[in-house]
Amino acid sequence: MRGAPAVSAYLPILVLGLVSFGFAVFSVVAGALTGPKRYNRARLAAYECGIEPTPQPAGGGRFPVKYYLTAMLFIVFDIEIVFLYPWAVTFDRLALFGLIEMVLFIATVLVAYAYVWRRGGLEWDN
Amino acid sequence: MGVQLPFPTPQIEYSLLLPVLVILGAAVVSVLIEAVAAESLRRTLQPLLAFGSLAIALAGCVGLWDQRQVVAQGALVVDGPTVILQGTLLILAVLGALLMMESRVDPAGDPFAARASTIPGSADERGFGARRQTEVWPLFLFAVGGMLMFPAANDLLTAFIALEVFSLPLYLLTGMARRRRLLSQEAALKYFVLGAFSSAVFLFGSALIYAATGSLDFAGIADAVSADPTSGLLLSAGVALLLAGMLFKVGAAPFHQWSPDVYQGAPTALTAFMSAATKVAAFGALLRVMFVALGGAAWDWQPAVAVIAGLSMLVGAITAVVQSDIKRVLAYSSVAHAGFILTGVLAASPKGLSGSLVYLVAYGFVTLAAFGLLTVVRSPAGEATDVQQWAGLAKKSPVTASVFSLLLLTMAGLPLTSGFTAKFAAWSAAWGGWQTGVVVIGAVSSTIAAAFYLRIIVSMWFSEGDDAVVVALPGLGTRTVVGVGVASAVVFGVAPQLLLGLVDGVGVFLR
Amino acid sequence: MTASPALLVAVPLLSAAVLLLTGRRSDRWGHWLGCAAAVGSFLIALNLVLSLAKQPHESREISQTVWTWISVGGFNVDVTFTVDPLSAVFILLITGVGSLIHIYSVGYMEHDDNRRRFFGYLNLFVAAMLTLVLANNLLLLYVGWEGVGLASYLLIGFWQHKPSAASAANKAFIVNRVGDFGLSIAVMLTFVTFGSVAFPEVFAAADKASSTTITWIGLALLLAACGKSAQFPLQSWLLDAMEGPTPVSALIHAATMVTAGVYLVARCHPIFDLSATARGAVVAVGAITLLMGAVIGIAKDDIKKALAGSTMSQIGYMMLAVGLGPIGYIWAIFHLLTHGFFKAGMFLGAGSVMHGMNDEVNMRRYGALRTAMAVTFGTFAIGYLAIIGVPPFAGFWSKDEIIKVAFEHSWVAGGAALLGAAITAYYMTRVMLMTFFGKARWADDAHPHESPAVMTIPLVVLAALSAVGGWALLHVVNLETWLEPVLGHGEGELPFSSSLLLPLTLAVVALGVAAAWKVYGAGADIPVSAPRGSWFIRAARADLGGDLFNEKVLMQPGQRLTATLVRVDDSVVDGAVRGIGGFTTALSARLRQAQNGFARSYALVMVIGAVIVALALAMVRFA
Repeated sequence: MRGAPAVSAYLPILVLGLVSFGFAVFSVVAGALTGPKRYNRARLAAYECGIEPTPQPAGGGRFPVKYYLTAMLFIVFDIEIVFLYPWAVTFDRLALFGLIEMVLFIATVLVAYAYVWRRGGLEWDN
Repeated sequence: MGVQLPFPTPQIEYSLLLPVLVILGAAVVSVLIEAVAAESLRRTLQPLLAFGSLAIALAGCVGLWDQRQVVAQGALVVDGPTVILQGTLLILAVLGALLMMESRVDPAGDPFAARASTIPGSADERGFGARRQTEVWPLFLFAVGGMLMFPAANDLLTAFIALEVFSLPLYLLTGMARRRRLLSQEAALKYFVLGAFSSAVFLFGSALIYAATGSLDFAGIADAVSADPTSGLLLSAGVALLLAGMLFKVGAAPFHQWSPDVYQGAPTALTAFMSAATKVAAFGALLRVMFVALGGAAWDWQPAVAVIAGLSMLVGAITAVVQSDIKRVLAYSSVAHAGFILTGVLAASPKGLSGSLVYLVAYGFVTLAAFGLLTVVRSPAGEATDVQQWAGLAKKSPVTASVFSLLLLTMAGLPLTSGFTAKFAAWSAAWGGWQTGVVVIGAVSSTIAAAFYLRIIVSMWFSEGDDAVVVALPGLGTRTVVGVGVASAVVFGVAPQLLLGLVDGVGVFLR
Repeated sequence: MTASPALLVAVPLLSAAVLLLTGRRSDRWGHWLGCAAAVGSFLIALNLVLSLAKQPHESREISQTVWTWISVGGFNVDVTFTVDPLSAVFILLITGVGSLIHIYSVGYMEHDDNRRRFFGYLNLFVAAMLTLVLANNLLLLYVGWEGVGLASYLLIGFWQHKPSAASAANKAFIVNRVGDFGLSIAVMLTFVTFGSVAFPEVFAAADKASSTTITWIGLALLLAACGKSAQFPLQSWLLDAMEGPTPVSALIHAATMVTAGVYLVARCHPIFDLSATARGAVVAVGAITLLMGAVIGIAKDDIKKALAGSTMSQIGYMMLAVGLGPIGYIWAIFHLLTHGFFKAGMFLGAGSVMHGMNDEVNMRRYGALRTAMAVTFGTFAIGYLAIIGVPPFAGFWSKDEIIKVAFEHSWVAGGAALLGAAITAYYMTRVMLMTFFGKARWADDAHPHESPAVMTIPLVVLAALSAVGGWALLHVVNLETWLEPVLGHGEGELPFSSSLLLPLTLAVVALGVAAAWKVYGAGADIPVSAPRGSWFIRAARADLGGDLFNEKVLMQPGQRLTATLVRVDDSVVDGAVRGIGGFTTALSARLRQAQNGFARSYALVMVIGAVIVALALAMVRFA
C-alpha cells in the first residue's frame, strides 16, 4: 500500500483535469443544444480580425517556403539570446571558462548564419 | 539584492570527449565549407574532412579504451560499453561514408539527388543532371556525432538532445534519393512525422520520470527507484513512454511500422548506414537507461520488454515472408533482429549486456554489407530490389550471389557465422527463468525467418533471370564494405572468441 | 598411417566449393571431380576404420580437434571430429553408398545442363552428413544437421522448372524446420543443464540431472529426429521429396540423411536410457510410422512414392528398435545399414527403369520389363528379397532381430512389427509384379532399354551387398561386438519360445506375398488409369491425411496470421506503388492524402503500443 500516498498526492491534479475536461464538454454541448442556429457569412468568417485573410494561393492553403525559412532563422537567433542573457548575469563567476564556451557557441551560430547568408536564405525576392 | 549561490566553474574533460567533439566540430566546419567554398572544391574537401575526422575520432576512441569516468558535469559517461559502441559506430560510419561515395554503379551518379529541393520530374531537376551534391556530408557528420553521444548520455536531457541531433539529419537524408524521388520524399516525411511524434513521447516520458523521481540523471533516477521500489503510477507511465520513444528508434514492434517504408524509400547507401548505426546507437542508449537508471526496477519492466521482444520477433519474421521487395524484407528482418537483441536486454544482467553488444556488432556489419550489396544489382530504372529481379543472379554474377547468400545465412543465424555467435550470446544470457519462453519464441521465429532468407537464396541460384537486370561492378568503397561484412560474418563465426572476449573485457556500465 | 578425420570432411567440402564457385568452367570435368571426392573420402574412411579396428576393443576412438570454436568462461565448444565404432559404420555407409551413387549419377544426369552443380550439391551433402556423424558435441552436430537439410532442400528442388519440385522443396524445408526447432531446444536445454554440449561430458553427467529435464531433452531430440527421418507426425515431406532426381532419393532420402534421426537417438542413448517416457514416445512414433508408411506404400502407383512409403516404414522399424533401449540399439543400427544397401539399390533400380521409360514413374505404365532390363530386374529382385526378409538376404537378419526385440519389449510393439512385415511383403510384391511382370502397359513412345554400365555397375554392387551384407555384418564383422562399447548391450526375454519366431515371421511374409500375387499376379488385369478403390486405398493415396494434418495444423494458422499482418501492411505498399507509378497531380494528391492517413495510423499503433507497455508495467507494479 506504499503506492497510495503517491497517488493521492496527484489526486487534485486529476480532479482539476476532470473538471476542466467536463467544463469543455459542457460548454460545447450546452452551446450546441441551447444556442440559436442562424448561419450567415459574417458568422463563418475568421474571428475578430476585421479584415479578410489574404487571398488563398492556388491549390489551397500553402505558404511560400520562405516564411518557414524566416521562422527557423528567428528561432536560431532567439535561442542565442536565451543563452546570452543568463551568461551576462553570471559572467564574472564563469570567468574564462564561460568566455571560451560562449565564444564557441557564438561561433557555431555564426557558422549557421554564414551558411544561410551564402546560400541566399536572406534574400526575400529570389 | 544578489544572493551569491555557490556556483562552481564547470569542468569539461575535453580529452575524454575527443571522438564526439571531433565529429561535431568537423560537422560545423563542414557547414562552413558548404557556405564559402566553391562547388568543385567542396567535392574534394567534404569527403576528406569526413574521413579525416572519422579517423581521428576512431583513434581517440581507441585511446579511451581503459577510461571509466563520468564526464561533462555528469552529462556523459565514458566507460567500456561506451567505447565499444562508439568504436562500432565510427567504423560503421566509415563504411557508410564509403557507400555514400559510390558513383560507379549508377550511370546517373551517386546515390543522392543533385539538388534535393527540385521538384521530382521537373526540368529544373534534369538541369542538375549527374552533379554530385555535398550537403549530405555535414548532415552525415551531425548524425554520426549525435549517435556517438546517444549511448554515452548519462541523463535524459542529454539523451534527448543526442537523439534529435542524429535523427533530424537522417530525416533529411532519407528524402534525398537520386532515383525514385517521390518514394524517397514520402519516406522522409513519414519518418519525420513519426520520428517527431516519438521524440515527443520520449520527452513526455522523461518529464513524468522527473516528476516521479525528482531527477533526470540516471544515477539519481536509480537512487529514487531503489529507495522506493513501488514508487507508483507516475513512474510506470514515464517508463512506458520513454520505452516507447526509444523502441521507435530501434524499430521494435509495434513501433516498427515506419521502418519498411523508410528503408525502402531512403537512398540505399543511407539505408545501409541507418539500419546498422541507428540500431547500435539506440540500443546502446536503451541498454544504459534500462540497466543503470531502471536496473533496480527490472522486475517491473521485464514483462513489458518480453512482450515487445516476442512481438518484434514474430511480426518481423512472419511479415517478411510475403514481402516482394528485398529492402522491405531486410527491413522486416531488422525488426526481428531488434526483438532478438531485446532478448539480451531482457536478461538485465552483465551477461545480457555483453550478449546484446555482441549482437549489435555482429548485426551491424552484416546488415550494412547486405544493403551495400543491394546497390550493385541494377535494372534500367535504378536498383533492382524486387525479389523476382534477383532471380537467376548466380548465373550473372556467382560472386554477388554467393556473398549475398552468405550474408543472408548469417542473418538467419547459421552456425559458424557471426549471426550464430550473436544469437548464442544473446539467448544464452536470457535462458533460464521465465525469459525462457521468449527465447523459445525467438527460436520459433528464427525458424520462420530462415524460410524467407532461403527463398531469396533459392531464387538467386535456381530461377531463370530477367535479362534487363545487370550486376554493376562497384568501386573500391562498396567492395570494402562488402568485404568487411563478409569477413566479420566468417571470422566472428569461426572464431567468436575475438568478439566475445573483446566485449567481455569492457565490463559493465559505469554509474 | 591413420588419416585425419577432418580430412574426411574437407575433401568433399573442398570439391563442392570448387564445383559451385568455378561456374561453367568446370562443366566438362566437374562430375568426375565430384566422384573422385566421394571415392577419396571413402578411402580415407576405410583407412580410419581399419586403424580403429587395431585399437583395443573397449576404447576405440580417433579424435581430432580442429580448433576451439567457442570458449567463454567455463564453457567450451571445440570443433572435434571423433571416429568411434558407431560413427565408423556411418562414415563407411555414407562414403561407400555415396560413391556408388555419385558414379551412377554420371550416367543418370548425363543429359542435364546443370550436372556439375548437381555434383557440387551431392558433395556438399556428403561433407555435411559426415560432419553430423563425426561431431563430438551437439552444436557441431547441429551444424551438420542444418547442412544436410540445406543440401537436401537444394537437391529436392534441383529441377526448379517443375513447380511441383519447388513446392516439394519448400515443404521439406518447412517441415524440417519444425524438427530443427526441436534440436535447437535440445541444444539449449543441454547447455543450460550441463554447462556443456560435448557428448562425453553430457553423458557422464546425465544421471545427475533431474528426470523431468532429461525427459524434455529426450522429447526435443525426438522431435528433431521425427523431422529429419520423416516420422509421424512430420512424415509428409518425404513423399513429395521424390520430386528430386532419383540418385538424390537413393542417397539422401533412403540410405543416409533420413536415418540421421535414428543416429541422433542412438548417439544420445544415455539420455534415453534415463527416461522411460522419452523411450516410450520413440517406440510409439516408430510403431505408428512403420504401419503408416507400409499402408501408404500399398496405394501408390508412382514407383518412387511407393518406395518412399517403404522408406518411412523401414525407418519406423529402426525408430521402434532404438526406442526399446539397450536391447534394440544395435539392431536399429544394423537395420539402418542393411536398409541403406537394399533401399539405395532399389531406388537406383527404379531410376534405371525410369531412365529407360522416358522418365515415366507410373507403375501402371510399366509391366513385363524383366526381359528388357535384365540387370535392373535382377538387382531389384535381390533388393526385393532383402526388404521382405527372405533368408539369407540382408533384410532378413536385421528385421528378424527387430521383430524379436519388439516382442521382448511388448506384445503391441511386436505385433506392429510383425504386421508391418506382412504389409511390406504385400506392397513390395505389388511393386515387383506391376513393374517387371504381367503384360506390357507401356506408353506408345516408350522403348525400354537397359541403362549404361556406369549405372548398372553400382546396381550390381548394391545388390551384392543386399544379398550377403546382412550375414557378413553379423558373422564376419561381428557388428554386435563392434558397436557394444558405444551402444551397450541388453538381453531381453521373448514371451514365447524363440524357435517359433522364425517360422512365424516367414509365414507372415509368405501370406503378404501370396495376397499380392492373387491381386497383381500372372494374368491379373491392371488398368492403366487407377480405379477409385476402397476408402482404405483412397485414404492411403492421400498419405493417410498427412497433408491434411500439415494444412490444418501447420499451414493454415500460419497463413491466416501472415494474411492478417499483410493486410495491416498492404495498404502502405499499395500507396507506395501508386506513388512510383506516375507524377500526375491527381495521383499525387491521392498519395498525399494516403500519406497523411497512414502516418497517422502508424502513430495510432504506436500510441496503442505505448498504452500496452504502460498497462504491462502498471500491472506488474500494482498486481
